[in-house]
Amino acid sequence: MIDDPVTLSRLLTFITLGFHIILATVGVGIPIFISIAEFIGIKKKDHHYILLAKRWARGYTILVAVGVVTGTIIGFQLSLLWPTFMQAAGKIIALPLFMETFAFFFEAIFLGIYLYTWNRFKKPIYHWLLSIPIVIGSSASAFFITTVNAFMNTPNGFDVENGVFTNIQPLVAMFNASMPSKMSHVLTTAYLTSAFILAAIAAFHLLRNKSHQYYKKALHLTMIGCFVFSIATMINGDISGKFLAKYQPEKLAAAEWHFETEENATLLLGGILDPDEREVKFGIEIPYALSILAFNRPSAEVIGLNEFPEELWPPLYIHYFFNIMIFIGMFLAAVSFIYLVFYYFNRFNSLNRWLLRAIVIGAPLAILSIEAGWIMTEVGRQPWILRGFLMVEDTATTSNHVFAMLVLFSLLYISLAILLPTILIRLFKKKDAEKELEEHHVIL
Amino acid sequence: MIELIGITVLWIFLFGYLIIGSIDFGAGFYSFYAKITNKKHSIRQIIDRYLSPVWEVTNVFLVFFMIGLIGFFPDSAYYYGTALLVPGSVALVLLAIRGSFYAFANYGARESNIYLFLYGITGLLIPAALSTVLTISEGGFIVRTSGDVHLLLLELFVNPYSWIVVMLAIVSVLFISATFLTYYANKAKDKDALLLMRRFSMIWSGPTILLSFLVFLTLSTHNEAHFQAMLDESWIFLLSLVSFVLALWFIYKQKYLGLAFTFVCLQFGFAFFGYGYTHLPYILYPYITIFDNVTSPEMGITLIMAFIAGLFLLLPSLYLLLRLFLFNAEYVQGK
Ligand code: HDD
Ligand code: HEM
Ligand code: HEM
Repeated sequence: MIDDPVTLSRLLTFITLGFHIILATVGVGIPIFISIAEFIGIKKKDHHYILLAKRWARGYTILVAVGVVTGTIIGFQLSLLWPTFMQAAGKIIALPLFMETFAFFFEAIFLGIYLYTWNRFKKPIYHWLLSIPIVIGSSASAFFITTVNAFMNTPNGFDVENGVFTNIQPLVAMFNASMPSKMSHVLTTAYLTSAFILAAIAAFHLLRNKSHQYYKKALHLTMIGCFVFSIATMINGDISGKFLAKYQPEKLAAAEWHFETEENATLLLGGILDPDEREVKFGIEIPYALSILAFNRPSAEVIGLNEFPEELWPPLYIHYFFNIMIFIGMFLAAVSFIYLVFYYFNRFNSLNRWLLRAIVIGAPLAILSIEAGWIMTEVGRQPWILRGFLMVEDTATTSNHVFAMLVLFSLLYISLAILLPTILIRLFKKKDAEKELEEHHVIL
Repeated sequence: MIELIGITVLWIFLFGYLIIGSIDFGAGFYSFYAKITNKKHSIRQIIDRYLSPVWEVTNVFLVFFMIGLIGFFPDSAYYYGTALLVPGSVALVLLAIRGSFYAFANYGARESNIYLFLYGITGLLIPAALSTVLTISEGGFIVRTSGDVHLLLLELFVNPYSWIVVMLAIVSVLFISATFLTYYANKAKDKDALLLMRRFSMIWSGPTILLSFLVFLTLSTHNEAHFQAMLDESWIFLLSLVSFVLALWFIYKQKYLGLAFTFVCLQFGFAFFGYGYTHLPYILYPYITIFDNVTSPEMGITLIMAFIAGLFLLLPSLYLLLRLFLFNAEYVQGK
């Protein structure tokens, strides 16, 4: 394995993207909440919200710095590890990649301005206006990069003549079949994950018996976000499933261990597969549910893996990742729903310690869910890198040095993974929110 | 047409990175220098005030160049991608260390000497690493044997031309950065910092011009055709020299420091565009030219349109950034 460039390149891509995606996700989601908090603070003349926005922005800056770093790495690494693929992709899907850099640029400029102009404007609302380009820039960059990934799953907008790509239509390639469902799911899950992380921070402090109003306001604001976006996530997750059933049936079938094409298909949760007999043990089967997930009709016919030659099957372990994602999605929706019910019906205590604990656990679970979702998507595309056109094994670099690079980057990510949380914790411990509120640092 | 517009756009962005990146890289080094020699108060504040709002923008220039290169000339992704795995990865790790440690040092735990050291030293190593790509593009180090593309790393390592380019990159960074900080210190009305940075400008000016000549001369041993093309267009390089002399004169006299820095930009601008122009049509000797390896017209035109639309968004934003931080006397003076 140490001398197989394909496997090693996959591993290195996995590590880099697995690391980047966490930072990218919060990079896309947190600006929205900063912007909302500042807006409420200005409108209600409540300096708690302003401080909230300030403290979030401070943490966000450090996360962005590491996000930019890992993003730059992946941007170059794609060419270093998958030169043949990038040569082909550059011809067809360069447009959104190119536009993504503009989105970064836009965001970077305004983030620089936003951070250093808290007290420079006479009217606070002018400062708030600066947060809008940050929100637009970060979500736009997620949008553009997601179209590239969508293109890898459902390539479109070109013809192949004698092995050469002709008749290239960049816009058709960008707005491919997989784009709408993927884009909406990626964006809402980014907002959802960020909301849960911010909520978990507030809940954590409340569990530590800090009872300042500041934390309660933070918790309530973010939990509303959690609820809205968890519902949206379930809806467009369902749409993603329907997309797969129609355009990438082998991925859905592999994720569901669904071998025979059949009507009234059952949804399978968990279980252990006997690979030779193709029998599932210990799984929970929900009749008709897969047909409903795929086509909204209990009797609909769902295509099974046996329709495809076995060498084109994606690895079957993606089943577990799919399950993890769905379980967590349900859990997050339930937690935020219960919180809101408790909050608005005075009979219950929305600061119930068990509920707060569930919220704290929700943050790492949401991140896990992001990872699981991406693994299911990317591994589920195997063995293709450009579905139907290019195989992963034909596009990797031929260099003998991938293993050394794998070690090098692993060391880098390990140090970043240790330093990043340490620094963030130290930053916020040095000056806790109560102290800052007392100092009246916040000027309205 | 597309190939010419494409290469021009890319070269402009690379030049932008060269100037802004050099200021940033050099500033990191001077900041570290000031820390260990305890010249803390004067120049470090100036450097912090300039760098804080713009550090992220610098990086985007590099990413932009890279993505643009793949977009306009996709085949270069194949050649450079295959050949540069090792040096490219090393440069990436350096960039990663620098970017994250800047944030850690500045926003997180203040005043850690290790962070500052890493930040300062990577500022010199990164330009060194990146400049070798220019050397490689001159040909002779990437070879194609039976369909496989290889980098001759050892040959690159023992090649005198490649080392001179590396040295030129390092001193240029220190020179460009020093001249900019001289100007910025002047605006901040900080006499101490001004004199210190002026001294550094003078110190590094000699090596910069000397190494530039050396690079020019050694190129003749390495890529005769390119050397000849540069001789044919020698007027561009003479303009570069004139700009250098003017810049140095103003800095020496401590007058018109903004203009002096503009002349430094012109000096590098003439040299850089002259170099790039005479390098054409090759992107990589002798495998990739802008004519044979340009992307399809459909993609090319769409990219150019996206670029123009993007500029309408970016130029006003950049203007706002510069107005609020660089050309705002109150901010610069720390009021
Ligand atoms: C917080 C994260 C999160 C949560 C709670 C969910 N998902 Fe998800 N899911 C993602 C995060 C994610 C993701 C990481 O964003 C993916 C990976 C690639 C993509 O397009 O989005 C994804 C992909 C993805 C795909 C594959 C799309 C494709 O390959 O084109 C499907 C079918 C679903 N999801 C379905 C669901 C369903 C039915 C959920 C029910 C609750 C759900 N997801 C919750
Ligand atoms: C520009 C868009 C993208 C490109 C060019 C790309 C390319 C690749 C390549 C070449 C691989 C390795 C081959 C494989 O194992 O399938 C891979 C795997 C992977 N990608 Fe993507 N990808 C893109 C988008 C994304 C995005 C947006 C994510 C999410 C962060 C992502 C997550 C992953 C993961 C987790 C793997 C590892 C899967 C495995 O182990 O096989 N990819 N991707
Ligand atoms: C293969 C996939 C990806 C590539 C090639 C890629 C590329 C990049 C690059 C080059 C940067 C640094 C930009 C700079 O210098 O400012 C970056 C940062 C970032 N990327 Fe990724 N990215 C990928 C996946 C993703 C995904 C899936 C998302 C979002 C869902 C995302 C969102 C971001 C964000 C938000 C940042 C920067 C932090 C910020 O500016 O806020 N990226 N990415």
